[in-house]
Amino acid sequence: MAAKTYSAGVKEYRQTYWEPNYTVQDTDILACFKITPQPGVDREEAAAAVAAESSTGTWTTVWTDLLTDLDYYKGRAYHIEDVPGDDTCFYAFIAYPIDLFEEGSVVNVFTSLVGNVFGFKAIRALRLEDVRFPIAFVKTCGGPPYGIQAERDKLNKYGRALLGCTIKPKLGLSAKNYGRAVYECLRGGLDLTKDDENINSQPFMRWRQRFEFVMEAIHKAERETGERKGHYLNVTAPTPEEMYKRAEFAKELGAPIIMHDYLTGGFTANTGLANWCRNNCRLLHVHRAMHAVLHRNPHHGIHFRVLAKALRLSGGDHLHSGTVVGKLEGDREATLGWIDIMRESYIKEDRNRGIFFDQDWGSMPGVFPVASGGIHVWHMPALVAIFGDDACLQFGGGTLGHPWGNAAGAAANRVALEACVEARNQGVQIEKEGKAILTNAAKNSPELKVAMETWKEIKFEFDTVDKLDVAHK
Amino acid sequence: MSEVIDYRSRLSDPTSRKFETFSYLPAMSEEQIKKQVEYIVSKGWNPAIEHTEPEYLMSNYWYMWKLPMFGETDVNRILKEAEACHKANPNNHIRLIGYDNFSQSQGTSMVIYRGKTV
Repeated sequence: MAAKTYSAGVKEYRQTYWEPNYTVQDTDILACFKITPQPGVDREEAAAAVAAESSTGTWTTVWTDLLTDLDYYKGRAYHIEDVPGDDTCFYAFIAYPIDLFEEGSVVNVFTSLVGNVFGFKAIRALRLEDVRFPIAFVKTCGGPPYGIQAERDKLNKYGRALLGCTIKPKLGLSAKNYGRAVYECLRGGLDLTKDDENINSQPFMRWRQRFEFVMEAIHKAERETGERKGHYLNVTAPTPEEMYKRAEFAKELGAPIIMHDYLTGGFTANTGLANWCRNNCRLLHVHRAMHAVLHRNPHHGIHFRVLAKALRLSGGDHLHSGTVVGKLEGDREATLGWIDIMRESYIKEDRNRGIFFDQDWGSMPGVFPVASGGIHVWHMPALVAIFGDDACLQFGGGTLGHPWGNAAGAAANRVALEACVEARNQGVQIEKEGKAILTNAAKNSPELKVAMETWKEIKFEFDTVDKLDVAHK
Repeated sequence: MSEVIDYRSRLSDPTSRKFETFSYLPAMSEEQIKKQVEYIVSKGWNPAIEHTEPEYLMSNYWYMWKLPMFGETDVNRILKEAEACHKANPNNHIRLIGYDNFSQSQGTSMVIYRGKTV
């Protein structure tokens, strides 16, 4: 092959980074971006620019390009597609060779894919819609410390969803009062309770005190009910050193599960903590504060299905997924799509659910989706139908807001869950028959009966802001 | 606002003890148990019966009743084994399990005969 010669200056990106005839390699990392170009920038050039700026390229030719085999290392835009129902933007598919990225580093992949390119002038807005991680890359990542099946074995929960609750008020309780709220939930029949994401170690409740009181609550509830219990002790901290210190103390006290916020805490901290959990036999619950900042705008940011993949690679046994039916945003089909991404071992491309690529996870364990936010007993039939058994259903206000207190609220939720599961197993259409199932179960549970009277009228029926892209004009 | 009712659960009261899935519902009738066995069979899981003295409820390893019934799809035969186990161990908790060999775990597990809790 003839050697290339150096010619300084600015070249069109498309000359180097647009390759419509490229054959995708099994080992490539593939990305689908939704690009809204500036007026006057054509699609191929915009797509090529994104490929360049998220891989090897810069704005001008540099002589050092010729010291390497750029054709091997560059990212390539290989396909362009219309966005259904939206002419302002288009989908660009980009292939990145696997050797552009450090093995096992979610950080490194995202620093490239959603790095400087998102501020690039030639595009008005940019959204990373989906990423295909090749099995060769997946195998270099640790993934969930336990995963769904091993967690079930550890907690002895089978044939139904896990039941949880976030302790409220979010902020301001003393450690001892907080432990009281945990104890009441667990003795009433919940499996797990949760620190709210912004509970770290504030002046009103320092982390050590919280951990000690919560563990007493867990131990007593376990002896009382004969069931295994846990509480997500949030170890998210200002520094990694402090985070590990808190994790070590949780282990010392015998806590089965700890918690981290992977976006505000960062991928590096999360991956490190997931490794620590694997090495120290703790489950890891992961919260997603900040995700809506990245995900909610349909034209700019990172879609949650991508953030979910990032977490599965980085490591976590639980991840908040949205509820479809509660107070927080979530389109049903799209949510089902990323729930599959969390749990299944192989997910087929399915544009009806917003999935752009086949994704093979190989033997990497699945992550429990956590449905949390604005849900109560009346939502139970829909939640069991939508999520099935491999999910953690978390009722915060729907437990703590029970007129007779947390234990009664917990029992109401537990009875509702078990009644729905029993009916489902019998072949009943539980979403359709939901009212009859709950009404029947309430005959033996005054706690459920009162819960049904308390929350009957609450509904959340705002339209979803971030919908799947479909032709709706 | 209705009167607040106390939640009756005590360390000192053995009836407060639960045993995971379906233990917050009333004990199942024969007909209801049969439906759950049909569910396990319909999922392609391997049915199994285990039992324990109620005081060792929280142990992972209950006593196996014989071996898991690999490939058994006859609901009545499965029910007969559960009854036989119950007859031989009348004071014990008896649970019905569906082993899912693809997930390498239990697809479901439920106590179908309740022993006397302690």
